[in-house]
Amino acid sequence: MGLLSNLGEKLNHIFSKLTKKGKLTELEIKEAMREVRVALLEADVNFLVAKDFIAKVTEKAVGEEILKSLTPGQQVIKIVRDELVELMGGGAAKLEVSSNPPTVILMCGLQGAGKTTMCGKLASLLKSQGKRPLLVACDIYRPAAIDQLKIVGKTANVEVYSESIKNAVKIAENGIAHAKKLGLDTVIIDTAGRLHIDETLMGELIEIKKATKPTEILLTIDAMLGQDAVNVGKEFNEKLDITGVILTKLDGDTRGGAALSVKAVTGKPIKFCGIGEKIADIEPFYPDRMASRILGMGDVLTLIEKAQANFDAEQVKKMEESFRKNAFTFDDFLMQFEQINKMGNIKDLIAMIPGAAGKINANDIDESRLVKFKAIIQSMTPRERLNPDLIKASQKKRIAAGSGTTIQDVNQLMKQFEQTKTMMKNMNSGKSPMSLFGKRKF
Amino acid sequence: MGFFARLFSGNNKTKMSFAEKLKYVFTGSEITEDFYDELEFALISSDIGSKTTTLILDELRDQIKDKKIKQTDKAKELLKDIMKDILKKAEGEDLGFPLVLMVVGVNGVGKTTAIGKLANYFRTKGKNVLIAAGDTFRAAASDQLEVWAERAKVKIVKSSEGSDPGAVVFDAISSAKAKNVDCLIIDTAGRLHNKTNLMEELKKISRIVEREMPNAEFHKAIVVDATTGQNALSQVEQFNEAVGLSDLVITKLDGTAKGGFLLSLANEFNIPVRFVGVGETIDDLLPFNADEFVDSII
Repeated sequence: MGLLSNLGEKLNHIFSKLTKKGKLTELEIKEAMREVRVALLEADVNFLVAKDFIAKVTEKAVGEEILKSLTPGQQVIKIVRDELVELMGGGAAKLEVSSNPPTVILMCGLQGAGKTTMCGKLASLLKSQGKRPLLVACDIYRPAAIDQLKIVGKTANVEVYSESIKNAVKIAENGIAHAKKLGLDTVIIDTAGRLHIDETLMGELIEIKKATKPTEILLTIDAMLGQDAVNVGKEFNEKLDITGVILTKLDGDTRGGAALSVKAVTGKPIKFCGIGEKIADIEPFYPDRMASRILGMGDVLTLIEKAQANFDAEQVKKMEESFRKNAFTFDDFLMQFEQINKMGNIKDLIAMIPGAAGKINANDIDESRLVKFKAIIQSMTPRERLNPDLIKASQKKRIAAGSGTTIQDVNQLMKQFEQTKTMMKNMNSGKSPMSLFGKRKF
Repeated sequence: MGFFARLFSGNNKTKMSFAEKLKYVFTGSEITEDFYDELEFALISSDIGSKTTTLILDELRDQIKDKKIKQTDKAKELLKDIMKDILKKAEGEDLGFPLVLMVVGVNGVGKTTAIGKLANYFRTKGKNVLIAAGDTFRAAASDQLEVWAERAKVKIVKSSEGSDPGAVVFDAISSAKAKNVDCLIIDTAGRLHNKTNLMEELKKISRIVEREMPNAEFHKAIVVDATTGQNALSQVEQFNEAVGLSDLVITKLDGTAKGGFLLSLANEFNIPVRFVGVGETIDDLLPFNADEFVDSII
């Protein structure tokens, strides 16, 4: 995921200089802010949004309060974080439900933003919440768009309504009638991607809006969008009065400045984000968590939630004890792999561990290697797993043969194991992310 | 009227916000610090990125000082030359045939559409074109490509969703050899560039092409969406590392047509911009020309 972590790393770097010093002068703050500005621009935050942001933060940071403070660096970080949270807009937003069902959700956005995929994810999410959604295929322009929605609908196990007529407004209306007939409570309308300056197609969207009276009009925005994000947000909002934004492709390495820009210019909440290729890869958008991620504070809350859903409490306790005693064995290592697999993409997890963002480059981690590593550990005897020192050249040869790998692979795993052990040791001396799990009831 | 001039003239739906912003910068008044601030704003707003923007501004300051220029309108020509120099670094040699063109890129950039247009371009140049539907990942991707192959009046080799892209490419190569194809265009799955599996898949396809068609000119083109911001650099960097890119294809340069990252790309990589796509019809993907591009935006 690396959600905005590049920006976080940069800000971390800037403020590591600040934190080390005692008191700040006005000049130093301005210097730091200049670097923050460059970081924001490199992250594709809109020029004017960044300028505004910097002005606000500088004003607050240069104030008397901060200069009197004993740890001005910390205070600056807090101010930057608070401003980021504010910029991305208050608390978490939920989907509105119509008092007169079906609730209509109209999806819109540029071409290639990921609308069709997001329709499927949204349908799947609603279904898991006990709703009965219907997908309506109104993208009558892009070749095979309707087929794509049908496949996505099949994966989500949600019915897709489509017609072969060339009238998107009519299809939308008929789709809603179809939902009423079947007693379905939510209708998600997929529309054609369009440029925000395309008058004709924007006109079509306005017509669909008039005909369907949607409760939610969600603008799908590619997190990789550049400076133009503000114009896209502004145009769609002016024409359609959108109710919210969905940010897609956040699993890429984009710094996602578009999230900041769109919120700032539309004032509409970012409701969800797309975080992967699978149908379940959709997540509510939490500005406070996002801001923490930006600043490299890690996304502890999401990690805990994921852990709660997937971690086996007993095993975690055992593993944590191993860490504490520094008696980390291959069994623990294997367990760790399995737990992580259950929790999802390992890169996502790294981005969420406080302090890990800058230290581990998520792109260095090759997931296919984990499969190999698992096979190697499973080819070890129970004694070897408990006592890695027993593994010498002849054992390595046997393990490699047993797991269908090479001795180099086994060596690599041994090295990785030692590194993990050391890392865990270091984490124990500081604040361990695992100990956070321990404090919570599962 | 040239291609880009046509693109940025009022006739179609596009407008070049970059050009509009610059209009207010080069007013002919005296050069002050405000001028540089305004110019910086215009450049960054076009996704040129702060690194390349700084480079352009520094160069411009130097030249303005050297040449003792006092008025903003005189600085305009200097800026154009600086931009042209940067973009010229990325002009490519002519393509040779038989050509195998593997098209890569992240999802949603318009890869499939670009391939349809490329196929049409080469066919109208009298080439015998074949498309390999190597995106077996995205739902309905090969159906979409098939529609484009029909529009471009070229043949396509495809197989079912979820099958091995390497096998599709192998079949397409066999067919290309048998039918004396001049230009084989390979579509690949559009996935985010930080997914290791995809990069491995692309390397595998490359190996198959190199082994089976050693005498063909093998190009690897990345498709980049012009509305993308600075992440375009990361996309190019990572695909380049994985497969060694030879060309850039920029899509969706219509719209508000930012595409300023073309300059950052040219500045940071020596990969030629081969084609740019500026609309939705089949014949609006055309070869890139640095001079014409700069002349039409400023």
